[in-house]
Amino acid sequence: MQYYTPESFSEASELSKNAEGIIRFLAGGTDVLVQLRADITTPDVLIDIKKIPDVKKIKKNPDGSWCIGAAVCGAELNEHEGIKSDWPGVVEAVDLIGSTQIQGRATLVGNLCNGSPAADSVPALMAAGATATVINSSGSREVSIEKIPHSPGRTTLGKGEVVSAINLPAHKPNSGDAYLRLIPRTEMDIAVVGCGINLTLEGDKISEARVSLGAVTPTVILVDAAAKAIIGKQLDEQTLEALAEAARKACNPISDRRGTIEYRTHIAGVLAKRAAKIAYERARS
Amino acid sequence: MSNIHVNTIVNGDEVGFLCDPRETLLDCLRDKLSLTGAKEGCGTGDCGSCSVKLDGRLVCSCLVLGAEAEGKKIETIEGMSRDEKLHPLQEKFIEHAALQCGICTPGILVATKALLEKNPNPSETEVRYWLAGNLCRCTGYDKIIRAVLDTAADLREAK
Repeated sequence: MQYYTPESFSEASELSKNAEGIIRFLAGGTDVLVQLRADITTPDVLIDIKKIPDVKKIKKNPDGSWCIGAAVCGAELNEHEGIKSDWPGVVEAVDLIGSTQIQGRATLVGNLCNGSPAADSVPALMAAGATATVINSSGSREVSIEKIPHSPGRTTLGKGEVVSAINLPAHKPNSGDAYLRLIPRTEMDIAVVGCGINLTLEGDKISEARVSLGAVTPTVILVDAAAKAIIGKQLDEQTLEALAEAARKACNPISDRRGTIEYRTHIAGVLAKRAAKIAYERARS
Repeated sequence: MSNIHVNTIVNGDEVGFLCDPRETLLDCLRDKLSLTGAKEGCGTGDCGSCSVKLDGRLVCSCLVLGAEAEGKKIETIEGMSRDEKLHPLQEKFIEHAALQCGICTPGILVATKALLEKNPNPSETEVRYWLAGNLCRCTGYDKIIRAVLDTAADLREAK
């Protein structure tokens, strides 16, 4: 295994473009090193991005949007009052991942690029309307989070492409986000179902919404039908039922020892309702 | 690829070692620096027995490469007592019998020291959540939690 520490993302992109064999980028390493040590994936080339300037920065832009560097760990996000106040759902989703020790290393970009359908931060980012900054040899572009997951463990990123940061839009007045997941225990587990919701109010009616689901389809998905079920409505019982129904319809889960198809599908509706209530309360306050 | 030369600071001392790029920080601490306090329980970041601080952050040293330690500050269990004098947490762990086989204890001590530095007055729930990534198959955790809360109370009083 070759280990590189490039000093810029264009250099990192160049290295991966020209490398042969299995290539991995290393940020927090909480997936890459587990796979390496379990002999699941031993990279031929490992590109550690943490020597690149600004990868540890959380920056608020003049327009109120946020840029989170690729190596910012969960604990750093959780300690950042500004981002917590603008995007509490995103920060709560990150905080659900692993232990204190894992929070000291794991990153948003890593969670996204690992490609797990059960990734906790990805539904929250999708609901928030976040983007990833993707760098390749021809430059950089912003890609919506929902365009990154391809299938379990795979992303749509091509060879020579690397994600340098996650961008969160400016927090709109009268809006709120939330993420909930179900696990059979209280800590240290992988989502059986996850649901992210971000909504904006005009008066007491929902004017904009984004709803996402994790662990119930081969990738984390944005569920437009679920968003449509609540847009233009107050969050009453009837609307909540329509939301739950739309969320359940979008499910196509697997059965495994942590949950059956029926259970995951049912829970998707339950979590959608609960997350919507939290997001609604946050939007009102 | 040939071995990588890594310069780092461990418990305040400048040290250097050569490592294969695949070797973890845990392996380097144990096999190259003879700091065998950090243990390998699972090797996949689940059990916390390899806990160390890396630039002030609590991490599993089994999920850090030795090469990543270049230029970093590492704190291990070996740096916890000073001149043969045990850290208050270590004393309380003995007083409360908060250990049996002892394999998880270095990791739990490093983790709880990090907690008390961040939060000198944690609730029981906060201690339990903070230690969710430190597994112990002997004690049933209760004695550990009590030892931590008792130390925190003593340290607050001493201030």
